[in-house]
Amino acid sequence: MSETVLDISQVSKRFGATLANDTISLSLERGEIIALLGENGAGKTTLMSMLFGHYTPDSGHISVMGRVLPPGRPKAAIRAGIGMVHQHFSLAPNLSVLENVMTGTESLWRPWSDRAKGRARLMEISARFGLKVSPDARLGDLSVGEQQRVEILKALYNDAKILVLDEPTAVLTNVEAEHMFGNLKDMARQGLSIIFISHKLDEVMATADRIVVLRGGRVVAERRAVETSKAELAGLMVGREVKRPLREPATPGAVVLEAKAVTLREGGVERLKAVDFHLRAGEVLGIIGVSGNGQAALARLTGGLARRSAGEITLFGQPVGDLSVREVVGAGIGRIPEDRNHDGVIGEMAIWENGVLERLPEFTRGGLVDRKAGMEFARRIIEGFDVRGGTPASRIRLLSGGNMQKLILGRNLIEHPKILIAAQPARGLDEGAVAAVHERILAARRAGTAVLLISEDLDEVMALADRIQAITGGRLSPPVRPEGINARQLGLMMAGEWGAAEHAV
Amino acid sequence: MRFERREHIPPALAVLTPLIAVAISLALAGGLIALAGAPVLTAFGKIITGAFGSKLAVTETLARTAPLILTGLAAAVAFRARLWNIGAEGQLYLGAIAVAAASAHLFGGLPGVVQIPLLFVTGALAGMVLLLIPLWLRLRFQVDEVVTTLLLNFVALLFVSMLIDTVLKDPLAFGWPQSVPVASQAELPKIIPRSRLHIGLLVAVVLAFVVHFIQSRTAFGLQSRAAGLNPSGAAFAGVPLGRTLLLVAMLSGGLAGLAGAVEVMGITSYVTTELSPGYGYSGIVVAMLAGLNPLGVVLAALFTAVMFVGADAMSRSLAVPSYIADVTVALSLLTMLVAIFFTQYRIRR
Repeated sequence: MSETVLDISQVSKRFGATLANDTISLSLERGEIIALLGENGAGKTTLMSMLFGHYTPDSGHISVMGRVLPPGRPKAAIRAGIGMVHQHFSLAPNLSVLENVMTGTESLWRPWSDRAKGRARLMEISARFGLKVSPDARLGDLSVGEQQRVEILKALYNDAKILVLDEPTAVLTNVEAEHMFGNLKDMARQGLSIIFISHKLDEVMATADRIVVLRGGRVVAERRAVETSKAELAGLMVGREVKRPLREPATPGAVVLEAKAVTLREGGVERLKAVDFHLRAGEVLGIIGVSGNGQAALARLTGGLARRSAGEITLFGQPVGDLSVREVVGAGIGRIPEDRNHDGVIGEMAIWENGVLERLPEFTRGGLVDRKAGMEFARRIIEGFDVRGGTPASRIRLLSGGNMQKLILGRNLIEHPKILIAAQPARGLDEGAVAAVHERILAARRAGTAVLLISEDLDEVMALADRIQAITGGRLSPPVRPEGINARQLGLMMAGEWGAAEHAV
Repeated sequence: MRFERREHIPPALAVLTPLIAVAISLALAGGLIALAGAPVLTAFGKIITGAFGSKLAVTETLARTAPLILTGLAAAVAFRARLWNIGAEGQLYLGAIAVAAASAHLFGGLPGVVQIPLLFVTGALAGMVLLLIPLWLRLRFQVDEVVTTLLLNFVALLFVSMLIDTVLKDPLAFGWPQSVPVASQAELPKIIPRSRLHIGLLVAVVLAFVVHFIQSRTAFGLQSRAAGLNPSGAAFAGVPLGRTLLLVAMLSGGLAGLAGAVEVMGITSYVTTELSPGYGYSGIVVAMLAGLNPLGVVLAALFTAVMFVGADAMSRSLAVPSYIADVTVALSLLTMLVAIFFTQYRIRR
């Protein structure tokens, strides 16, 4: 017997000129998992924000368990049993897990908080849903996956019957994501209803019972997971056929970058252990691995941000010492950082300033910044790389993730670098933007740039890389060719089984 | 009700913000004046005439503006780069005592044209040195500079107090704890004769323009802004964080030290422990009121000086405690912080 727990009926919301949600209707049954699938800007988050009372709908209404929810009242939403897990957690890193979970559940006028009762309740919920945590751990010491578990527990502690997760895997590693989806399925079996927002087809197909596709603020389709395919969903989501580009055969040139037995030790931890690799002009070398296995260290080392502890690096045939960022950029090495917002841009500064910052000496005469030349440089990037949503003088944080990434790509590729270090270049982007980024990387490869692609996305590496090395625990496997290997074998290599790499190239 | 971040800050709002903040702080101060039993409008009138009512009042107000501009710039420069220099007061005192000592014992015989610039440099260097200690502690051991710079103020003041009671004590001061005076050639020329208004004001205003130029046009200015807004992003782009902060600290400490030099050479000619009525701390308010804009600092310093001088006069004639000046300036900082919040966020229902 099915029981409708949530009914969103004919809800619309307009922001200025854009209709973010256009008469959207949606219902959720008890024990059901729905995926809300759509590209960035399709209106998923707006819809969920209205459900949670952050926004007031212009028209339409929402009812929970048959009772209409007063609009624009987060407290009413919580009381009605809606629990929201935001993409950016709303937890305090300096408090313990138990304190985080209990925050806001007791009246401020209570003389003291009943921690024993809270602890018992937390442990009971934790056991019932198989969400393991240690209540006394300091939140800041937990991994991102564990923090997310705390956020979910916090919602359950507040008696949530409907759990809403906004892009839950955006911050997780693949292993953590798999684990989390396992938990969600368990929770649904025990009667919880779940909505998760995503633009990743794999996880949507694997986890959801029902998939609601949003595009341009409207529901364009609703499918049962068993009755649809990834290809159909991709088409529905984008509204046109998006094909990720594939590399065409090419003959690589001379070796431009080579590392021999390079070790990187930071704070007593060996991030890289005697790694060997070489990179040729006009080829893409893919480094695949689960995040946290030394990728960040490899990107920092090649990008001029870390000093190696041992080993040799040759650049264009010449042995080199530890280069600074400025020297690396000056040598014609482009860099795409793993974390756009944290490392790639300075959000409060203008687009042109972000464009020239890493090559500031070229735009400086006698200590003075040549603002005009900088603006012109930014204009060239904006035009050449189809960056939308900003002018050279506007602040860069106003750009969407995809456009920000296009700008970062542009400021590197516009000068035709000899080497491009691309760390997770398509992370968090929607399908259209992924295709655009891949196309740019392949265009650079055609033009003779040597690309070091560091990624945890199997499809991406298989599509772009001429050779692939797996990274596990700071070690690099011997290289293999993507033609001679399938995804399962690559998965084994990522787990440290290098048998598949016997026929190394 | 909730707050939503604005995508663009309307330029009109950016200009109006400090004016609105000041107006609200004055209104709140008016309430306090009424509580003290004085007629509010008359009191405000007395503040204005106290600050501008006579030639003497105007020169006194402007003479107070000069050190406030310099300490305001010191705070603005540092805060821009997220270097929380709360130690301008101590840097001011160290600059002042260095100038007195150098003039009395080193450069005393030199003519003014040579000696005055040398003493400016001496005062600035002394201020720099005092800020380099907290900077080193921060870069080396991640010690919070808010705490170290603040506490060094007391260390510096006690150090100065010791010096003026011992090695730098003026033997002709009948036992009063005051330092040896600067040489008479080192006294700053007056802008208006027989007033306390000296060329330090011009130096301060010129420096405001220089700092503005440095911040808006030079590579160092761009890099220091980047380092303040997002250190890891700046490091990724190759900005040398340590060196940039070092230069910022030298500029900030130097400006605060110069404030002390200007006070000694322009007003008192010797150092006592009452040289500064909190110019270093008021500089923080000045910088915030100015939105960390160096040119805005000049106007904010003028406002603060008007409040101090005008409220003094007002309290004398209406028997309202002169602390009303401190309260008003402090209130203006609080209202400014609220106003800054509303330039960045809007209220949504």
